[in-house]
Amino acid sequence: MSNPTLENLQILARESLDSIEASRDADELEMLRVRYLGKKGIVTEQLKLIPTLEPVDRKDFGQSVNSLKQKLNQAIKTRSESLARDAIESQLVSEELDVTLPGRYGTAGSVHPITRTITRMQEIFDGLGFDVAEGPEIEDEFYNFDALNIPAEHPARAMHDTFYVDDSRVLRTHTSPVQIRYMEDHTPPLQVVAPGRVYRCDSDITHTPMFHQIEGLSVGEGVTFGHLKGVLTHFLQAFFEADLKLQFRPSYFPFTEPSAEVDISCVFCGGNGCRVCKQTGWIEILGCGMVHPAVFKHVKIDSEKYTGYAFGLGVERLAMLRYGIDDLRMLFENDVSFLAQFH
Amino acid sequence: MLINETWLKSWVKTDIDVTDLSESLTLAGLEVAGVTRCESLSPQVVVGEIVAIENHPSSNKLTLCDVDIGKHRPLKVVCGAPNARVGVKSAMALIGAELPGKGKIAKARIQDIVSSGMLCSFAELGIDEDVDGIAEFDSTAKNGVPVNDHLGLVDNVLDIELTPNRGDCLSVSGIAREVSTLTSTVVRGPKLKPYRATSGRKFSISIKVPEDCPRYVGRVIEGIRVDARTPDFIRERLRKCGLRPISLAVDITNYVMLELGQPMHAFDLDKLNRGIIVRHSRKGEEIDLLDGSHMEIPAGTLLIADYRGPIALAGIMGGADTAISGETTHILLESACFRPGAIAGRARAIGMHTDSSHRFERGVDPELQVTAIQRATELLVSAAGGSAGPVIDVVSKKDMPRRQDITLRRERLHSVLGIKIRDVEVERILNRLGMNVRALLKGWRVRPPSPRYDIEGEHDLIEEVARIYGYQNIPAVSPRAEPGHRNRTESRLTPDRFKHFLVDRDYREIISYSFVDPTDQARMDPGNDTITLKNPIASNMSVMRTTLWTGLITILASNYRRQHRRIRLFETGHVFLTESNQRIEKSRFGGAVTGPLMRNDWGDGRLIDFFDVKGEIESLLAINGCREAFSFLPGRHPALHPGQCARITRSGKTIGWLGRMHPILQKEYGLDQPVYLFEMEMKGLIESSVPEYEPISKFPATRRDLSIVVDQSVSASRLRDTINSSGGKRLVDVELFDIYQGKGVPDGQRSLSYTLTLQDSSRNLTDEDIEEVTRRILNAVEKRTGGKLRT
Repeated sequence: MSNPTLENLQILARESLDSIEASRDADELEMLRVRYLGKKGIVTEQLKLIPTLEPVDRKDFGQSVNSLKQKLNQAIKTRSESLARDAIESQLVSEELDVTLPGRYGTAGSVHPITRTITRMQEIFDGLGFDVAEGPEIEDEFYNFDALNIPAEHPARAMHDTFYVDDSRVLRTHTSPVQIRYMEDHTPPLQVVAPGRVYRCDSDITHTPMFHQIEGLSVGEGVTFGHLKGVLTHFLQAFFEADLKLQFRPSYFPFTEPSAEVDISCVFCGGNGCRVCKQTGWIEILGCGMVHPAVFKHVKIDSEKYTGYAFGLGVERLAMLRYGIDDLRMLFENDVSFLAQFH
Repeated sequence: MLINETWLKSWVKTDIDVTDLSESLTLAGLEVAGVTRCESLSPQVVVGEIVAIENHPSSNKLTLCDVDIGKHRPLKVVCGAPNARVGVKSAMALIGAELPGKGKIAKARIQDIVSSGMLCSFAELGIDEDVDGIAEFDSTAKNGVPVNDHLGLVDNVLDIELTPNRGDCLSVSGIAREVSTLTSTVVRGPKLKPYRATSGRKFSISIKVPEDCPRYVGRVIEGIRVDARTPDFIRERLRKCGLRPISLAVDITNYVMLELGQPMHAFDLDKLNRGIIVRHSRKGEEIDLLDGSHMEIPAGTLLIADYRGPIALAGIMGGADTAISGETTHILLESACFRPGAIAGRARAIGMHTDSSHRFERGVDPELQVTAIQRATELLVSAAGGSAGPVIDVVSKKDMPRRQDITLRRERLHSVLGIKIRDVEVERILNRLGMNVRALLKGWRVRPPSPRYDIEGEHDLIEEVARIYGYQNIPAVSPRAEPGHRNRTESRLTPDRFKHFLVDRDYREIISYSFVDPTDQARMDPGNDTITLKNPIASNMSVMRTTLWTGLITILASNYRRQHRRIRLFETGHVFLTESNQRIEKSRFGGAVTGPLMRNDWGDGRLIDFFDVKGEIESLLAINGCREAFSFLPGRHPALHPGQCARITRSGKTIGWLGRMHPILQKEYGLDQPVYLFEMEMKGLIESSVPEYEPISKFPATRRDLSIVVDQSVSASRLRDTINSSGGKRLVDVELFDIYQGKGVPDGQRSLSYTLTLQDSSRNLTDEDIEEVTRRILNAVEKRTGGKLRT
């Protein structure tokens, strides 16, 4: 070991600080710390030399050694932090991913367009205060026909192409029987919509033997044909998000009177005439009317006190118009390439 | 119903054009589904009469005809038709005329003779008629008049879709009444004057069932010419309205039906036995019908019979034995009034629908019978001669349908429509509709006209007023939300919540038919009673599904065939069951899954397994907040793998199934990879509860791990239930973290390791407390499952 001179101490300081600065990792740094500042480290050893100095030099030398110790400690700390930062940096680099690869499970499925349509319709009616009701799909003839003022021999019964389960039970041909069941269980004022599957014995390009309807019913005091027009206008404009024109045409349903069929101005051409509206500018969309007194009689509602309106909407028709589906049968083929289009 | 514009306009004087006419009919509830322009001919095709005929000098098949076309000199025309003879009025295509599909007629030299035009057959005119050779017109055809004018070919046909209540509009006169109401014009049809009897010949008619046949009008017409042809204007009008001309008597009865709305029938008088009897059929009676069919008549059917037996199904179709033939010279005409209900059920019950039954079941004007028979007599005699006997009108006055007076209250009219219509307007509308109106203090007393069977009460009158007033003139009232939602409870979730859960997990919703193939049903749910449709649309859509799996697996398989490999489907809907002889419908929620767990095959491409699906179902079941109530128990289901099948219970009650599709079935559906199926009762899912707050313990929770070695046959759920039920209320959670089999664990056993979370709500737990709980658990485990702490 060299003489304990201030000069040598300076050399030691330069040499030790340089090697700390040059250390490449935590291990080397620790080795250096032991080498200089350990119990038997070079700098520690310098303190042991103090008694060999002239008394007059001892104070200066001692202070210089302590100052060097502090410098080295600080340098080690700084270097240690810097090395730690570097280590993280290089780990981060090594952990780099191609973030453009697709994620796991990364898709959403789809609701069926019919469900999507029904949900949307229900939401609009919900805003108007309509409850939701359901009913059985195998119905008694009584609910499907008789209670709706369609007696056995009525010509309208023949138009229904009914599926029979047995002599008195049918697959419901419309959602209208839910009206009857609901009115049996509730007293006016009442407002309800009833979505569901209905069945008719008919199958071609524009008919499937099963399809969906939403029935609507509102009964109360002072309910008028004007209200019916208002509600349907609101509903159809909200559903299509368009300022559609409506045309109410007189029609006939045994369970409503007056009855109407409703056309909307064509959603594709705006009423100018196109293939979808068969150049008429109008698209037939639903049937409706004021509840027939005979129907009220069946459910023991006083038709002098109460009036009401009812309507029936074909869900498939609305879904096809809304989403531009041009083949009804696609809806029941359930090809996933088709389903995937309805998020 | 098809109706041509010119015929209609001969009944009502209006100059409204066909577009406006269609629109006003449509807006009045008589929907015009289409307007077709008739095929017309070139105006250079005119009526020409052969006034002289000679043989062609160089052909024995051809003739030379002098054809009068109203000019002072006839034209020379070469003709090859066998029916070319002097006096025939036919269609003459002049030089320059264009024929359908033939091009222009030019001056032609035929076998050295110049032909100045061409005599045409019906086929060449584009008209469907059974006449060989050149067209023959009746004597009303004026020489030189364009054939278009003679036959009325410049015309439009309206296709009107009538609703079943408007039986009164099933005729030209009926539509004319409606048009007159809408256009404020007058109905002015042809003069229908009584045709006086020219003979005294009568025929016996007796009605045994006046309640079903209140009126039967007959008339004998003798001595008609057998060769008489139906006049051209009748043939053309029938054709435009969709009926084929058949024979004079039939054409005229059809014509009167279209014109006035009264279905009629003509019998060959010589084939009738003594008299007409209107009665119900007796058991075992039979009839040969005009359409060539033979029928055993159901007892109680309304019949026209003679003294031998049935000769017609009343109001539906006549019999073959008494039908008009080419030799018929004496006729009995029938014009009857039947009760609509007596015809409606019958025609459908025997599977028949005719123009006649269509009208009778909707109601034929009870005051029309005599008018109609007069009209038919007039047309028949003028075309075929003969002498007409007196009108035989057998009527039961008390059974005649009668329009009743109806009171229409002003207040009610306004309250249903939501609009005040002035009294004069109401009265004007009702009057124009042919109603008899008397003003009352609070409204009106109204008697509808005889053809309007559909107007029975005040509501019908309100509709009539609204219809003519115009729905478009009733203002819409903006809706205001009424308080509803009486059936919405927080403790029941909507099915949508569960659908969206699966959708968010990459499932696709399907909607399949509720009726399925019985073969599929038997595969997926054997042993369950099925409901079979009496009249299915196809045999593979004939039974009502008892499980959603039939539709799901069929659709999964069809997508698999379309090269899709990762398929995740669900459906909700009713299934149709028979339980203790009761038919019940249940709402279910089901799914079918196959293929790789993940969408991306840059991962490990692992196929989905039982626990992947179970995990999804567990999450689904957790939605309603009642997770603890559900258990998965080993079960057996014929459609599922016997070793990978779980019965799902809620509070001990079975609510569904989950498992791998049975590998044999999977193969039968052509699927090469495992398929997992699940199905649950919707009711078992949506029942939830309103959350109730419980204070959170301030004292720390302690965890203890327990490894238990137990026989393999002990199910995990049994072990877990044992731990749960023996742990007491300080045991707040149990979680499985390891399953081990192998070194250190005896063969046939396995080790299951659980983390128990222990906590007390009132104090810190001591080591003794914890020791006490674990000891209790281990005792119970050993006693109930034979399991021991792993050491």
